[in-house]
Amino acid sequence: MSPWIVGFLAFTLLPMVATFAFTFLNLTLAQDEPITFVGLDNYVRLANDGRVWETLGNTFKFAAIWLPVSVIVPFAVAVGLNSRYAFGSSLMRTLFFLPYVVPFVAGVLVWNQMLGQEGWLNAALRFLGWSTPPDWLYDTTFIYPGLVLMGIWGIGAGIIVNLAGLRGIPTELYEAARIDGAGPVASLRNVTIPMMSPILFYTLILGVIEVLQYFLVPLVLKNGTGEPGGTTLFFNLNLYLTFFSYQQLSYGATMAWLLFGIALLVTLILFRLSRRWVFYAGER
Amino acid sequence: MTAASLTSHRRPPLKPAVVMRRAILTVVMSGILIAFLSPLAYSALVSLKTEQQISQPNSPLLPSDPATFDYQGKAYDVYYVPMPDGTTRELALVKKGRQQSDFVDPGNPDTGVITWQGSWRTLSQPWELEPQWDNYAQVWGLIDFPRLLFNTVALAVIGTIGTVLSCLLVAYGFARFRFPGRSLMFTLLLATIFLPAAVTLIPTYTIFVKLGWVGTWLPLLVPAFFANAYDVFLIRQYLMTIPRDLDEAAAIDGASPLRILRSVILPQAWPVIVAVSIFTFVYSWNDFFGPLIYLAGHEDIQPLQVGLSRFEGVYHTERAFIQAGNIMTLLIPVILFVAFQRVFTRGIVVTGVEK
Repeated sequence: MSPWIVGFLAFTLLPMVATFAFTFLNLTLAQDEPITFVGLDNYVRLANDGRVWETLGNTFKFAAIWLPVSVIVPFAVAVGLNSRYAFGSSLMRTLFFLPYVVPFVAGVLVWNQMLGQEGWLNAALRFLGWSTPPDWLYDTTFIYPGLVLMGIWGIGAGIIVNLAGLRGIPTELYEAARIDGAGPVASLRNVTIPMMSPILFYTLILGVIEVLQYFLVPLVLKNGTGEPGGTTLFFNLNLYLTFFSYQQLSYGATMAWLLFGIALLVTLILFRLSRRWVFYAGER
Repeated sequence: MTAASLTSHRRPPLKPAVVMRRAILTVVMSGILIAFLSPLAYSALVSLKTEQQISQPNSPLLPSDPATFDYQGKAYDVYYVPMPDGTTRELALVKKGRQQSDFVDPGNPDTGVITWQGSWRTLSQPWELEPQWDNYAQVWGLIDFPRLLFNTVALAVIGTIGTVLSCLLVAYGFARFRFPGRSLMFTLLLATIFLPAAVTLIPTYTIFVKLGWVGTWLPLLVPAFFANAYDVFLIRQYLMTIPRDLDEAAAIDGASPLRILRSVILPQAWPVIVAVSIFTFVYSWNDFFGPLIYLAGHEDIQPLQVGLSRFEGVYHTERAFIQAGNIMTLLIPVILFVAFQRVFTRGIVVTGVEK
């Protein structure tokens, strides 16, 4: 027990409290000036920092595209694999999971060329008759869809979680639905989706936490420049630059707490809304 | 075995509608899968091409070189040449000219030079399969692969040992002992999974700077020896399923808790320990951010991914080299996954669903 208590205090709880305390000071990594208590100065600066709100806007815009995809695509693939008409589904499951273990930087660099003008996606689009397909990663309109395509490569874990959930649905429910005359669409809507709602909710919550912190892909892909046109300057990338490049400790800590607050708020709202659509079979 | 699972194992008679549905679903799912995995194939193929082939539109899918023919001690490019009689022949271009060029028939060089009217620049070339294995040899040296591989493996092995030992101890505590505040601590533990890393990053990094650990492996390895929420949860869930009878019998015989862990629990907990080890190994192999911030500027102790991203910064115009580097980086995790794929999928089910 005790090693974990020490570790938890040293690596999680203390840093959390310290981060909060830092927000009221004027710390920098070099610390040229004496440390002073600055009250709410960092928060005032945050409120007036146009770049912070712009990057937060980028994060929300990207989240609005990514979150539905990250919940629906693994679910849809899992439903396909779990169907009684599916053939070779355990091999397919393994292969769908495979890109999940590809090291992150290698994955980004593979996709960087895959989505380029000489990559296969645009070759396929040209073949289908789109003579000037977009330059996905260099076009302000197509950059988010491009990043979503990259993100889909990591849905392997989501597929597995969804499959486990689908296998847990009692077959009696489907039989009862069939006796009541339900076709495949009706039983998907009235049996599968309600029974899967806790898992869909779980993947949504994890997705929210992840997408709010999203920044490593643009850091590697665009070297943190925010290209094209500032669209990939996400909130957490700005935070990373503030801390590591500009070495502003206290201001970075203030941004981290804003991020934490937003994550907490969004999670609470989702939990509140979940009472309307998430169905727990064990509850009365 | 229940009645439901018995009936599901008996094959239903194959009606045409069933065959049809099965065929459609299989084709659709395979199509999605092929598209999903195509970037890997793309990367593998590009890694074996010449830069010339990559930048040439309409070049073949497979790594190839333009065909050449050795004539009188020199290699000449082969072209598709339309002949006056309407046929097209593959001829080697020996003398280039603006209005007319001289060719030789590779199948029959002794017949001498064939002069062809027209601009040779309009002609297209046949390609021969020619994988550039040398790309890998070059990247091996350019990126200092043996050094990066050693660093990656060392970090992953030490980190895995630390994680497994510490998480096993903590999980054992949660699974078998009653102490005040246990459920609160367990809730706190699970809550850390949902905590944005940014909230703890700044002071942690600052402390490591003050300790003088930045630029060494210590910030990456020491925390591994203090357990983490995911793996504690995974092991604890497994330990909860092991019956207590044997522990209790051992306790009555006077065995200490650590002795019970070693002699009773450990032999029964191998599956979860293997799972956590492989997970942690691959996770550590794939960790980029930690090494990026703690080992910045210390090229001799960086792992593969950081080296790869540095390599990309310098050689991004050499697309085949970049893809060769990618393949070299992803090969070992992918092989480990294929070998232990059941362990992976089971581990994710346990952490992902049974909350």
